[in-house]
Amino acid sequence: MSEIFTTAVLVAVGASAIRLAVPLLLAALGETFGQRSGVLNLGVDGIMLLGAFTGYYAVLKTDNVWLGLLAGAIVGLVLGLASAVIAVTLKAEQGISGIGIFLFGLGMSDLLFQKLVGTPIGIDTFPQVDIPLLSDIPYIGEIFFQHSLVIYLAFLSIPVATFVINRTTFGMKIRAVGEYPDAADTLGVSVAGVRYATEIIGGTLAGIAGAVLAITLGIFQQNLTNGAGFIAIALVYFGAWRPTGIMLGALLFGFVNALVLELKTLEIIPRDLSNLAAMAPAIITILALVFVARRFRAPSALTKPFTRGT
Amino acid sequence: MAAFALIAAACSSDDSAEGFRMAIVAPSADNDRAFTQSMVDAANSIEGAEVAVTDGTFNVDDAAVAIRDYANSGYDLVIAHGSQYGGSLEEIAPDFPEVSFAWGTAADTFDLPNVFSYEAASDQGGTVMGKMAAALSQSANVGIVGPVEVGDAKLYVDGFEAGVKSQNPDATVNINYIDSFSDVALASEAANSLIGAGADVLSGTAQMTIGAINSAKTAGVLWFGTQSNQTDVSPEIVVASQVYHWEHMLEDMIKKVGDGTLGGELYEINFANDGLVIEYNEDFDLPDDVKDIAEDAIKTFKDEG
Repeated sequence: MSEIFTTAVLVAVGASAIRLAVPLLLAALGETFGQRSGVLNLGVDGIMLLGAFTGYYAVLKTDNVWLGLLAGAIVGLVLGLASAVIAVTLKAEQGISGIGIFLFGLGMSDLLFQKLVGTPIGIDTFPQVDIPLLSDIPYIGEIFFQHSLVIYLAFLSIPVATFVINRTTFGMKIRAVGEYPDAADTLGVSVAGVRYATEIIGGTLAGIAGAVLAITLGIFQQNLTNGAGFIAIALVYFGAWRPTGIMLGALLFGFVNALVLELKTLEIIPRDLSNLAAMAPAIITILALVFVARRFRAPSALTKPFTRGT
Repeated sequence: MAAFALIAAACSSDDSAEGFRMAIVAPSADNDRAFTQSMVDAANSIEGAEVAVTDGTFNVDDAAVAIRDYANSGYDLVIAHGSQYGGSLEEIAPDFPEVSFAWGTAADTFDLPNVFSYEAASDQGGTVMGKMAAALSQSANVGIVGPVEVGDAKLYVDGFEAGVKSQNPDATVNINYIDSFSDVALASEAANSLIGAGADVLSGTAQMTIGAINSAKTAGVLWFGTQSNQTDVSPEIVVASQVYHWEHMLEDMIKKVGDGTLGGELYEINFANDGLVIEYNEDFDLPDDVKDIAEDAIKTFKDEG
């Protein structure tokens, strides 16, 4: 059992947890903007899948990982806009319309992959950027400061999002529209405008999350996300609609997954218990959700379309 | 098990497959470089046969609908290409006594006269590749990424481990079953974990290992593939792939269906009947002595029959 506590193992688990957490973190952060303004988008996974394929295809054709990231972001932006049209302008039932967007993304990403690529071909991945000095710190450096640039940017987006939501006029409007849309409307805030903006931010971040996943793995395959978009939605609740909480949730999910993998490699988890161990991340997330749900509440206007005067 | 005596030349596709309608229902994508693609490629290689494919049916209920639809539509042979489809097939096949079904990888026809079952002796290829892996490993440490410890995947992993140990009894073999056939990101991190534990040669089975191949490439670690030829995924590190060639088996089934035998037989593809083939990456500089180890092992399996 002492193998669990060797520094090499802890370093490997830590670095792996961060890599696993980042796509979830980005997608959940985007969804947070939408939910804080009162819009639930269950189509995150579909947007991630199309972002993943577009990002993959752009890198395959250009060998430029940053163009791939941009392509994923643009597709996400367009799908975020489409989500807003459906949920805000057309006032569709948000749970159902989100599932529609998911199925569209799942099917379209696979169709495009089959027609444009055919079989999986490896692509370039984001280069590792060691942060000067910090990456040389024993153990800590390897866990936190020997990653690709997108991983650092993803974690930097947490304080930025916290600042935007809590300290800016735009953030105040988001919160107002999510809690008291009638009052916000009375004060001259465009409820539809704010919700369009948050859906576009959410879609863009989901598209980026998908592209980050594909370009980090260096491959695309049918249903590459394997439901990561739905885990991201759960993490929004886990994190109580706060960027820092979401980051902690994503890291916990990544950590448990990474730890289980490492314990399997070291045969500390026997093979006949492997399938039980694989459920650990989901079980821990559900338990945490139950805990969070008792202490925090969702934005009051979540899933409720806004109609003036009702 | 009834032996599968394969006489490839006995079934000329020209005279028996013309107009034959064959449908495949499979869990992953038809271009997965693994399990599903191996069957789709085999079916498409049979001249004259009409082939329909429903892929991506990880959901067994969806697969059952597709299997029933194809049987209803008058297909001559409906292939349920996934061991998880057995329960559905056992229910559906008796409703269509005129339609032939095939199910694999499995070794059970449910005593139904219109169900063939098939499996791959993937442990044979696993053993051959394990021997090569042990011979190529500088660290005497080899890792394997698996999906769920059942069926074809377990056979391959067990064979690979046995092959490594037979070549170098002191070598370390770490095995990581990620308990998913579809989580590419988790497979990638499982590979990283194995590399972190010292592996300088990796292998893996099932469609999600496509993620592990890239981790191997990033770390400069060698890779052995299985089910389909995986060289194109990462030509720099893929040494060889065990490739399933179901086409001879399918030709035999087509002939039997033509003769009025719709099922009731078990098939196994292996080295002896050319159902398993090791395809080397021509761009990889494989030392002759390592290739000799592989060829000797293949010859032994062929001689054993």
